[in-house]
Amino acid sequence: MPNLAPLWLTLKVAAAATALSLGLAVACAWLVARRRFWGRELLDALCTLPLVLPPTVLGYYLIVLWGRNGWLGGWVHERLGLTLMFTWQGAVLAAAVVSFPLLFKSARAAFESVPAEYEQAARILGDHELALFWRITLPLASRGLLAGVMLAFARAMGDFGATLMVAGNIEGRTQTAAMAVFDAVAAGDYSLANTLVAIMSLTCIAILVTTNILMARRRYA
Amino acid sequence: MMKLSVDIHKTLRSREREFHLHATFAATDDCTVIFGPSGSGKSLTIQAIAGLVAPDHGRIQVGSEVLFDQAAGIDLPARSRKVGYLFQDYALFPHLTVRENIAYPLKKPWQWGMPAAIRDAVEAMMASFEIAQLAGNHPHELSGGQKQRVAMARALIRRPSLLLLDEPFSALDATLRQRMRLELLELRKRFAVPLVVITHDPADVEVFGDTLVVFEQGRVAEVGRRQANSGGWRQKVCHLSRWREGMRGHEEKAVG
Repeated sequence: MPNLAPLWLTLKVAAAATALSLGLAVACAWLVARRRFWGRELLDALCTLPLVLPPTVLGYYLIVLWGRNGWLGGWVHERLGLTLMFTWQGAVLAAAVVSFPLLFKSARAAFESVPAEYEQAARILGDHELALFWRITLPLASRGLLAGVMLAFARAMGDFGATLMVAGNIEGRTQTAAMAVFDAVAAGDYSLANTLVAIMSLTCIAILVTTNILMARRRYA
Repeated sequence: MMKLSVDIHKTLRSREREFHLHATFAATDDCTVIFGPSGSGKSLTIQAIAGLVAPDHGRIQVGSEVLFDQAAGIDLPARSRKVGYLFQDYALFPHLTVRENIAYPLKKPWQWGMPAAIRDAVEAMMASFEIAQLAGNHPHELSGGQKQRVAMARALIRRPSLLLLDEPFSALDATLRQRMRLELLELRKRFAVPLVVITHDPADVEVFGDTLVVFEQGRVAEVGRRQANSGGWRQKVCHLSRWREGMRGHEEKAVG
């Protein structure tokens, strides 16, 4: 029986990373989709940046920010004696940053697909902004948001570069499935590599097919 | 009897053109029609009354309540204006059933399910609009006339002090149109709610135009009352429509 611990760690990291980026991605996407303000395009670009930057560059930013001597990481280490470096929580942070743009982009498209007229009707019928977001915008955008969550989850499962820089590749602690495949191939253990690759491929295919079905079927004719 | 007075300025800018709206009129009749071609600023005006668009400056008053007064710094949010609004294509919420749509203004935002008091109010409203049998349907399953009834019920359930209607019959076919006009007239009496109808259809003017406000290119060209005009509006409005078509013909000739 091959060692499947990296798979469980991958699922845990990807789930936590998706949950971590969800709130911020939805907030940024709503701002960009529904508000007009100076720097809107810049915010969109910043939120999309992790999609195009090399993962190692993202990892480097995270080290500068969260490393033991980093801007935020230094403070946390001084006060609490904790660090994210070389922990599974660090892997969560890396995966969250890498998958953030997929959530953001899907959420923006989902919000933009909700006709503004429904929100205006809700305002006239007595809703304040938060209420109409909860009652109108969110339910009508829910499919697109769910598709974004699934894409982000799939991307978070597969991250290699940023995770390697922040969390390393420590067997049993931070070794995710992507790392384990790398090690298995390096060690010539092809049966382990094949098993991991097959499971990850099937999982991602299932996620992408589900996402497509979600996006293709419109609920309201 | 209700007094509506509007005196607002608004400038819209896009890359290609600028549009200046200066809408000033007052109405004391229970039925007011704002008549004019598309692009003359009618919709913008009732959106400003509803609080969906903020005028650059001016004043809007319904009855004794000032909804907007730029000089005094008053700008009530749409949710507090107690104004009903019927959208051209009804804007029924597609993810909610007919019952949930009508209950929408009564329910608190975080409320799950439907309290008995609200359910009863909605049942009564659906009965009086003869749409009780549609309670569980979603908007995409309704015909045009049914959608309009649901939208009216939703707009009236909180007893607004004024009902604004944006081209209310343009989405309906001709036979239904006349029936829904009479229905609306009947509703106006039953709910004792003053109406402001915007339209480019002379037939609407004939039915609802106790006060007639004519818009031309962002300005009020004329305000008239039916009593002062015992012959009805038909002649006048048809004349206006013909005159406009004539103008368009001239422009096309000039361009072509």
